[in-house]
Amino acid sequence: MTSPNRTVHPYIPNTVPEVREAMLRSIGIHDIEELYRGVPAHLRMPEAMNMPPALAEYELQRHVERLVARNTSAKEAVSFLGAGCWQHFIPAVCDEISQRSEFVTAYAGEPYEDHGRFQALFEYQSLMAELIDMDVVNVPTFDWAQAASTALRMAARMTGRGRVLVAGSVSPDKLKIITNYCTPVIQVETVKFDAATGALDLGDLKGKLGGDVAAVYIENPGYLGMIEANGGQIADLAHAHGAEFVVGVDPSSLGVLAPPSAYGADIVCGDLQPLGIRMNYGGGQAGFIATRDEERYVMEYPSRLFGIAPTSVEGEYGFGDVAYERTSFAKREKGKESVGTQTALWGIVAGVYLAIMGPHGMRELGTTIMQKSQYAARVLGRIPGVQVRVEGAFFKEFVVDFNGTGKTVRELNEGLLAEGIFGGKDLSEDFPELGQCALYCVTEVIFQEDIDRLAAALKRLTDRA
Amino acid sequence: MKPIKREHKVRAFHQAKWDEPVIFELHQPGERGVWVPEAEAEIKEAVGDGVSQIPASMRRSEAPKLPEIGQAKVLRHYLRLSQETLGSDLNVEIGQGTCTMKYIPRVNEFLIRSDKVADLHPLQDESTVQGMLEIYHRMDLAMREISGMDAFSFQPSSGTQALFAMASIVRAYHEANGEGDQRDEIITTIFSHPSQAATAAVKGYKIITLYPDENGFPDIEKLKAVISERTAGFVVANPEDTGIFNPRIREFTDLVHEAGGLCFYDQANANGLLGIARAKEAGFDMCFFNLHKTFAAPHMCGGPATGALGVVEKLKPFLPGPYVEEENGRYTFKWDQELSIGKVRSFHGVAQTVLRSYAWIRSLGAEGLLNVAQIAVLNNNYLYHHITKIRGASAPYVEGMRLEQVRYSWEQLAQETGVTTEDVQRRMCDFGLHYWTSHHPYIVPQPFTLEPTESYSKDDLDEYIAALEHISYEAYNEPQIVKDAPHASTVHRIDESSLDDPALWCTSWRVYLRKTGLAAAQK
Repeated sequence: MTSPNRTVHPYIPNTVPEVREAMLRSIGIHDIEELYRGVPAHLRMPEAMNMPPALAEYELQRHVERLVARNTSAKEAVSFLGAGCWQHFIPAVCDEISQRSEFVTAYAGEPYEDHGRFQALFEYQSLMAELIDMDVVNVPTFDWAQAASTALRMAARMTGRGRVLVAGSVSPDKLKIITNYCTPVIQVETVKFDAATGALDLGDLKGKLGGDVAAVYIENPGYLGMIEANGGQIADLAHAHGAEFVVGVDPSSLGVLAPPSAYGADIVCGDLQPLGIRMNYGGGQAGFIATRDEERYVMEYPSRLFGIAPTSVEGEYGFGDVAYERTSFAKREKGKESVGTQTALWGIVAGVYLAIMGPHGMRELGTTIMQKSQYAARVLGRIPGVQVRVEGAFFKEFVVDFNGTGKTVRELNEGLLAEGIFGGKDLSEDFPELGQCALYCVTEVIFQEDIDRLAAALKRLTDRA
Repeated sequence: MKPIKREHKVRAFHQAKWDEPVIFELHQPGERGVWVPEAEAEIKEAVGDGVSQIPASMRRSEAPKLPEIGQAKVLRHYLRLSQETLGSDLNVEIGQGTCTMKYIPRVNEFLIRSDKVADLHPLQDESTVQGMLEIYHRMDLAMREISGMDAFSFQPSSGTQALFAMASIVRAYHEANGEGDQRDEIITTIFSHPSQAATAAVKGYKIITLYPDENGFPDIEKLKAVISERTAGFVVANPEDTGIFNPRIREFTDLVHEAGGLCFYDQANANGLLGIARAKEAGFDMCFFNLHKTFAAPHMCGGPATGALGVVEKLKPFLPGPYVEEENGRYTFKWDQELSIGKVRSFHGVAQTVLRSYAWIRSLGAEGLLNVAQIAVLNNNYLYHHITKIRGASAPYVEGMRLEQVRYSWEQLAQETGVTTEDVQRRMCDFGLHYWTSHHPYIVPQPFTLEPTESYSKDDLDEYIAALEHISYEAYNEPQIVKDAPHASTVHRIDESSLDDPALWCTSWRVYLRKTGLAAAQK
């Protein structure tokens, strides 16, 4: 039972009995229950819900803080986890803007009440357009996997074809999402890759390409960190068969890596989370899609696209929806896929990040990551029995092979955890052909002392003597 | 001093106007926003510049043309843009019907900022995230209690994604029963969210849309006419976006079940039903709740969000995975992948939103949730009572019988004054109030859809009603004021003519510079 002190809830002002009575009187009834006369008895809740009693604000704070105290954050440990979600430096300005009450609680306002929301998202589109070197970028979708799925469906609609080829090196979880999103309309087939270099098997690609292929999808850097050197050739092969070339990219690499448009990509996609967004246990993911400014691409986006426009007053910037009629908001099932609440706030934050970083910041970020990850790979590769399985270049992530240590990744990661280190993602289930391998991630937030500490711990854990 | 007279019924408001340039115009070559961590000297010595490792074909030759801006300028710019955004914290946001804009408890916003939430990696060892997994588990139990469903997934990260997941489950279920090809139709209603139809179409289904009867109820005779061995599923909101609750919903779900279809429930409009009625008694096999609507997580300019997806036992194997289960006081991920649709979103959905909604439920308890529903319905009927008395306004279909929202019409106003619902929408901005029309197509002429939720006081409702009364008065007496609105916004009437023209539309600053000739002029 609610304590008598708590009959008026702080979040529900009209629980004040006098106010409630006045409102009932105003509409000419005596009891709220009369308003539910349209909900028949057989549909009613059979009994009251069984839930713990309401907590006051401090009681709630204490309860939740005690629950989350049982978590160990990646910040408290040293974390080498990546695999689709990455720990990066978050400029304080990004956090400040991501917590602004106006942005946190805005939703579907018109450009006249939410001019700032429209402008911030238009700027995000524009800043990403520079980073990717493409003209059109969407208001972000759910995550990279969704962006890739939609890019493939865009390609299928544009070409009128029903088969897509996806690099076999993409993450198994992403492949699940893509497959479910495409089935049963589009058939998804994987293309072999070289486990040592990460390169797409061009022979296998040629064998699978045909007049029914809508798109070829690769990632660069790939899920396993490796840089695909043959982007241009893959683009030529896809284009020779009339297929769209879709490339997924980690945007944090684009200060040093060529943007996919430079090697022939038609549609580019990826995740915004590395751009100033906290990991949030996976809640920081947000997907972007980018293309050239050609009508046949623009008209296939399901997402909202904000555009700049004049107003009735000279000198004023206005913003609005570009080609709104293509969306499911306008046309329901006749629109392009579907649109709705996705990850707009993360778009704004990614924009803030790119504005703060600027061209030099992005280049320095890429450089630091290249240097630190190469150093880590070298140091780990020197541990007896441990091999770094990379022949070509890689960015941020690399595969560490523990097959020679006689230990499983699971055992090693347990040992590391006991020393406050989150080891790399265990690949033994997702890529059984690799045996006992792990995907290690080294970003700019990892320091030399962290890498050396990891190496020392792994040395101890793998030492058979 | 004399008392300061404050007698106006509508608010004398003006939206912030900073006349901010587009961020590229803040560019000052050489300025820096932030320094990035550098590799240590020893690392540089060992590996060199790092970037020469990149094959020449993949090296970036030209730096991205991002602006160079000092930190304070970036902050100031975005703070100004935030001020030019209304946000539900700042207005009586009862004008966004179907979206259940409610108070976002500040304590929840502080709870999610903890490093122990915000800085968790989704692949951490389970032993390091027991608190988070317990929150998922407790949320699962709470949602089961609210809905009568048997298991929940928090992976879908919006209502649309939950609808897509449900359409995927429908397909997987019929395929598992060998009826995947035969059952190729999904039935929905016109007063349900467009995403119901759109996501089912993405999943390859033919969509059948039912229109209401003369009283605004879904028409059971029409359902009978379209149901067949091709029916894969029936998806509907109840109440629909009109606020009218379908009392015969159990007959609908029974009919679909008899034909072998599944029934899935869009609970976007659940706010008036917490503790009153559940998906289970109405005969649904699946349902979802928008945690960013009914469960007080914020909308964040449009996500990230959560569509909490619940199913009955027989559909549990089809859920996207993995999901959290408790085993002897430990929380662990489980996933039997054999029948599962796989995944719809990476990792475990939007954890911070799950935590927010868990905190909200705990701040209310069972009685509090019932209070939420009752007051939301009371507020809505209070509004309905007063708005239908405003000259030119009406609420088509059956009289009364509205739960938590109403789709109204200005048809009469438009006929008598020429002022349309879009004009009213722009004019409402002048009073610091948001107002939404309707999804398309406009079945109700000159529509507007209001949902006052439990969060607003009687005074708040009176303010909103007064603003609409004022605009109605203006429409009949000085309509040009309404037609020329807004008058107190950040910007004036936008010339939208370029936005649908491929030769003119500008989706980024670089395109704007190119299409306006500014780029050439700069050279």
